[in-house]
Amino acid sequence: MSAVRRLRLLLPAFLLAVTACTQSPAPSRGGAHDDKPAYGDALVEGTIGDASTLIPLLASDSSSHAVAGLVYNGLVKYDKDLKIVGDLAESFDIASDGLTITFHLRKGVKWHDGAPFTSRDVLYTYRVTIDPKTPTAYAEDFKQVKSIAAPDDHTVRVTYGAPFAPALASWGNAILPAHLLEGKDITKSTLARAPVGTGPYRFKEWVAGQKIVLESNHDYFEGRPWIDRYIYRIIPDTSTMYMELKAGAVDMMGLTPVQYARQTTGIRFTSLFNKYRYPSSSYVYMGYNLRHPLFRDKRIRQALTAAIDKDELIHGVLFGMGQKAVGPIAPGRWAYNPHVKDIAYDPKHAAELLAQAGWKEKNSDGILMKNGKPFSFTILTNQGNQQRLLTSQIIQQRLRYVGIDVKIRVVEWATFLKEFVDKGNFEVVMLGWSTSPDPDMFDVWHSSKTNPGELNFVGFKNAGVDRLLVEGRSTFDIEKRKKAYFRIQEIMADEQPYTFLYVPDALPVVSSRIRGVKPAPIGIGYNQIKWYVPKAEQVY
Amino acid sequence: MIHYLFKRLLMLIPLMVGITLITFTVVHLAPGEPVEMQMAMNPKVGKEARERLRKFYGLDRPLQEQYFTWVGRLARLDLGRSFSTDNRPVRDKITERLPITLSLNIIALVLEFGLAVPIGILAATHRDTLLDKGITVFVFVGFAVPTFWLALLLMYLFGVKLNWLPISGLHTLGSDSYGSIRYIGDMARHLCMPILVASFGSLAGLSRYMRSSMLNVIGQDYITTARAKGLSERVVIYKHALRNALLPLITQAGLAIPGLIGGSVIFETIYAIPGMGQLFYQAVMSRDYPVVMGIVIIGALLTLIGNLVADICYAVADPRIREGRGVQ
Repeated sequence: MSAVRRLRLLLPAFLLAVTACTQSPAPSRGGAHDDKPAYGDALVEGTIGDASTLIPLLASDSSSHAVAGLVYNGLVKYDKDLKIVGDLAESFDIASDGLTITFHLRKGVKWHDGAPFTSRDVLYTYRVTIDPKTPTAYAEDFKQVKSIAAPDDHTVRVTYGAPFAPALASWGNAILPAHLLEGKDITKSTLARAPVGTGPYRFKEWVAGQKIVLESNHDYFEGRPWIDRYIYRIIPDTSTMYMELKAGAVDMMGLTPVQYARQTTGIRFTSLFNKYRYPSSSYVYMGYNLRHPLFRDKRIRQALTAAIDKDELIHGVLFGMGQKAVGPIAPGRWAYNPHVKDIAYDPKHAAELLAQAGWKEKNSDGILMKNGKPFSFTILTNQGNQQRLLTSQIIQQRLRYVGIDVKIRVVEWATFLKEFVDKGNFEVVMLGWSTSPDPDMFDVWHSSKTNPGELNFVGFKNAGVDRLLVEGRSTFDIEKRKKAYFRIQEIMADEQPYTFLYVPDALPVVSSRIRGVKPAPIGIGYNQIKWYVPKAEQVY
Repeated sequence: MIHYLFKRLLMLIPLMVGITLITFTVVHLAPGEPVEMQMAMNPKVGKEARERLRKFYGLDRPLQEQYFTWVGRLARLDLGRSFSTDNRPVRDKITERLPITLSLNIIALVLEFGLAVPIGILAATHRDTLLDKGITVFVFVGFAVPTFWLALLLMYLFGVKLNWLPISGLHTLGSDSYGSIRYIGDMARHLCMPILVASFGSLAGLSRYMRSSMLNVIGQDYITTARAKGLSERVVIYKHALRNALLPLITQAGLAIPGLIGGSVIFETIYAIPGMGQLFYQAVMSRDYPVVMGIVIIGALLTLIGNLVADICYAVADPRIREGRGVQ
C-alpha cells in the first residue's frame, strides 16, 4: 500500500478526471474490416493497492472507490466535460433561490439482486451517512441538508439552509441498497466484501490481495457493457506491473513518467498498446509556514518562487510529463483564470526581492546573512514519494545559487502528519493536493481552518480571500462563482502562500485490442461501458 | 519431569503478560493514529467525523482501559477487529494470508538446506581448490545481490523475454476452471521464481556453516581412524563425517522456525504475493493497532513454544536440567 499515498482533495471516485488530452492514441491495428463491437472478453487492470471495503461510504482509499465506482451509481455524475449530469437521477432541478434540489429518479432501475431502485434507497443513504454511529468521511456535505423528502418512489426533494454550491456534487456519492442494509449495522455488513449496486458491473469474486472480478450487468440502465468481465489485479510494485503489461497479463495501468517517456516508445510496444496523456487532477506545491518569521514577508515568498525553475522540475522529475502550476486551480477548468501571471524564473529578480527584505550580505560560504543569521530552512516531505524528494533536491540546488541554504528531511507519513503538519511544526513542506472538478477550496484556504489538524496548516489568513471563498460556494450562478475564483487566483499569485510547482500528467496505457477509448477532459474512464474488443481479438 | 514441565508452562503466563504489555506500549508509542491515516488531508472530513471514528475504534477511552479490553479479548482468543476501513476480524485477515507465507517459507527452507548441505560438503572436501573458490564466489554473490534487483532481472528474463514462467501473483487468470493437477501445476510455476529468489540469499550463510563444520569434523581423530581402516572416502564422508557435521545445522534449522510465519515485504511486493510481510507492513504504516499486535503476539507465542520444545528436548537429553540442579 502506502508506497505512495496521494493526498486527496475530493471523492477519489472522481480521480480519473481532468482536462484536454494532449496525445491521441496510435491508430489501431488490422484495419477497419473486423472492428465491429462485440460482447465478450475481459479487461484486466493493474492496481497497486487492494481495496479495503466495497461500501464506498466507509472507504477512504482510491482502490476501493475505483472498484465501487463500477458497481454503484450516484444520483449525479460528472460527464466527460466535467459538467454535472444525472446518473441514477434522470434529471434534477435547482430552485431559483438555490435552496431546493429536486431529483427525478430513473424508473425501472434494478439492483443487481433484482430488487427495484426507489427513493427509499436515497433516503436510506442520506440517513446512514449522517448517522453519528457510521464511521464515514463523507458526512460533512450532507449535514448542510435541512430537510429531505420523497413525495413518491421516483422523486427526492432536498432543502438546504443556505445555497451551497458543492452540494450538488455530493449527490454523486454512491447510493446504497436500503433493502439489504436498513436496520442493520453497516460496519458489519457482508456488502463490504460482496457489494450489490446498480452499476454497469456486478460483483463476482474477491481474492484478498490478488484480484477482484466483476461481471457485466446485462440489465444496466445505460445498456449492457461490451466487455464481459472487469478484473482488477493487485500488483503492489509498478515495475512488476509494467512487466506483466508487456507479457500481456495486464491490459491497463498507469505508467510512471520514466516508463512513458523512455520504456514504452518502441514500435513493438506502440503496436500493442495505446498510451494516453492528460493533466491529472492534482498539483505539487511547496507550502510555507506563514507563522514562521522567515516566511511572513511576502517578498521572501515571491523571491523563492522566482528562484525556482519550474520547467527544470518538470523536465527533471517528470521527464516533461506535466505542466507548470500557477495557482490552486488546474488549467482548463472553468474556474481557471488564464490572465494570472506566474512569477517567472529569474534569479536576479529573486536576489533583488531578498535584498529588499534585508537579505543582502553573504557569508564566506555564499549564504545570505541578516542580523548575523544565515538564510536557512528545512523542506519536510513524506517518505515513499520519490517525485517529491527529487523535486526538493532540485529546488535545494536552485536556492543555493541565490544564497539560501536548504536542508531536506523525509519523514514517514503518520509521523509527518501527527508531529509536524498538525502541530504546525515545520518551515516548508513539499506536498500535493488532488483537486475536485468543483473549485470550492474553503477548507484549504479559509482562515477558520487553521486549527491543528485542519487543512489550512500553512496558516494562510486573508480577509479578502475569506470573503471570496464564501461567495464562491454560496451560489450556483457560474458567472458569479467565476468572478470570485478568478480574484482568488490573482490574490494567491501575489501572496504566494505556496509556490505552486507543477501539475503531473496522468499516463494511462491500454492494450490496443480494446477499442472505443476516447480521451476527454475528464480522462478515459467515463465511457468504459462502450469499450469493446472485436471478436477476432478476444483473448479471455 | 512432569514437575519441570509444569513449572515451565506456568512461567509462560507472566511472560505472555509481559509481552502483551510491551507490544501494546510500543505500538501506541508510535506517533500517529489510525484515524489520522484514514481521514487526514481530506477536506470533506470535519472534526466531528474524526471524533466519530475515534469513538468507533474505542480510541477515546483511557489507554489502560484500551489495554484491558484488548487483553480481555485476547484471553478469549479473540484478536479483535482491524482498524482499517474494512473493519474485519484480525483473525480472518491473518488466516487468509498465513497458508501462503507458511508454505512458501517451508519450501524455501527445505530448498536452502537441501542445497546448502551438498554445496558445503563439496566445498569442504575440495578445500582450497578452484571448485571451493568458485562456490565461495557464487554463494557470496547470492548473499550480496539485492533481492529486488535479482527478482526484476529474473522476471524480465523468464517472464518477458523467454516467456517460460508467469511474472507475478499466484494463479493465472481463469485457473479456477482448471482441473486440480493443472491448478497445482499452475501455482507451482508461479512460485518458482519467488522461492528461488528467497532461497538464493540464504545459501551463503548456511553453506559456509556446513563447510566449516565439515572441515572441523574431517580433522577429527575418528575420521583418520576410519580412513586407516581402509573405508572408502565415500563412506568416510557421508556416513561418518556428515552426521556429526550436521548437528550445528540442525540448531540453525530450529532457530529458523519462528521466522516461518514472517514474510519478506520486498519480495512479496515485487512478486505480488499476498503474504504476512505485506499485511504486517501495511498494518504498521496505517497504524492498524489490532493487526500489528495480533501478528506480534502470534510470533511471540510461537517463539515461546519453540523455546519450550527446545528446552524440553534438552531436558530429555540432560538429567541435570531436568532435575533442576543446573551446571555449577
